[in-house]
Amino acid sequence: MITKRIVVKFPPTLVDQPIACQLVKNYNLEFNILKASITPKEEGVLVLELKGDNNDYKSGMNYLKKLGLNIKPLQKDVVRDEERCTHCGLCVGVCPTDALKVNPATREIEFDDSKCLACELCITACPTWAMDLQF
Amino acid sequence: MAKTIAEINKKIKKKEAVVVTAEEMISIVKGNGTKAAAEEVDVVTTGTFGPMCSSGAYFNIAQSKPKIKLGGGICYLNNVPAYTGFAAADILLGCSQLTEDDPKNKIHPGEFRYGGGHVIEDFVSGKDIELRAYSYGTDCYPGRKYETIINIKNVNDAVLFNPRNAYQNYNVAVNRTNKNIYTYMGMLKPNMNNATYCSAGQLSPLLNDPLYQTIGIGTRIFLGGDRGYIAWPGTQHNPDVPRTKNKVPRVPAGALAVIGDLKKMKPSWLVGLSMSGYGATLMVSIGIPIPIINEQMARYTAVTDEDIYAPIIDYGSDYPQGKYKVLGSVTYAELKSGEITVNKKRIKTASLSSYPKAVEIAESLKEWINKGEFLLTNPVAPIPGSEK
Repeated sequence: MITKRIVVKFPPTLVDQPIACQLVKNYNLEFNILKASITPKEEGVLVLELKGDNNDYKSGMNYLKKLGLNIKPLQKDVVRDEERCTHCGLCVGVCPTDALKVNPATREIEFDDSKCLACELCITACPTWAMDLQF
Repeated sequence: MAKTIAEINKKIKKKEAVVVTAEEMISIVKGNGTKAAAEEVDVVTTGTFGPMCSSGAYFNIAQSKPKIKLGGGICYLNNVPAYTGFAAADILLGCSQLTEDDPKNKIHPGEFRYGGGHVIEDFVSGKDIELRAYSYGTDCYPGRKYETIINIKNVNDAVLFNPRNAYQNYNVAVNRTNKNIYTYMGMLKPNMNNATYCSAGQLSPLLNDPLYQTIGIGTRIFLGGDRGYIAWPGTQHNPDVPRTKNKVPRVPAGALAVIGDLKKMKPSWLVGLSMSGYGATLMVSIGIPIPIINEQMARYTAVTDEDIYAPIIDYGSDYPQGKYKVLGSVTYAELKSGEITVNKKRIKTASLSSYPKAVEIAESLKEWINKGEFLLTNPVAPIPGSEK
């Protein structure tokens, strides 16, 4: 069993493909949609967490690539500008996964991006624009 | 044994003064008691770094040729309107001012990407600021339009002047409605699913001198990375509030108006902020040295987060309607633990004020005093509440 997070970008012509459904039906993969932005006639972005057997995952990825979708692993999605961060802690209260946490000894805000879901709540909450989204 | 500020200054000049931060004072008093601590320690430094909307700056700019009378005219700095109700070349900019084309809250929550606070930060960073002004023309000031670049090097004067900063204690904000709300205390989730607070607690200047015994008008302070002064009590300064037995206010109480030379300040210590759905503001750094003139000041400066209570207020329905209904009180120790309990519900907490930066301010001030570069001041006049 593996769990992977991917960013799927699809051109306007493929927006109508029910890819998540196919991944479950034909490749036995469990999915969790972390973020989706799909508008007719525009490029769509889907951030998926996929869970399943390693071989199933590989065949599922082949299926997506054959369709012509652009797939990248989700890495360093939310980033922090260390110079802008004042370590106030406002982001800590909105972060649902504790990816942003106060270090009890230094009171500084630590960002563990492996726990980040890319929900973007911290981006809205941060008053200095220190948090940003990068794919 | 009481000490005078003159005696402490003599020690500072000789680099013999014992200076500690308000955090360090806690363990000194715990270990040695207030009497010994008062004899040993000369100065306790404090610090706070949080959003303070009642902040702004005034500028005197080099005149155009022909001259223009900005007073009574219109003036923009990077498209942010500045106030022109003074003389020909003086303008005032508040940190919450927004550009005229800012969409504000038309699409809620608004982003408020650039406002007066950001202009102030850019100015302090040495960036060029576009000034655009229009006036009506007089015999002595015939100019009607002026477009120029102002920056830290070419203005005659730039002064940070904040009518209300360094609030002594503050509310804890929660939201009891069933919708997300966007406030000056940050985004508050529905049904009290988070709480925000804004004070450095045990390091906060006025919580270490709760009855304003050493802090007064004229006191020299750390402001924006340089030296500044207390100009006046802050607007809304209210010393007549419920207090703990150690005189620490249980609700927002005192405040300070502060002033300093903006040209000498540092951009890392004056940061323009965008509060989602609320507006633009400025994060201001303030540090105040507290002379340990007697045992009472040693006791006051040993205040801990466990001793300071903050009131929990509903920003969803009570606060907007002008109701000051306290839902409960929690200590800063509880708030800083990351979770508080209100009506048997456990709520995640978050701070708007930066504690690590408050520590850095108190440490900087300590360093300046230790090097003999910063002398303490006797207040020129007291602020209300000190007579208690």
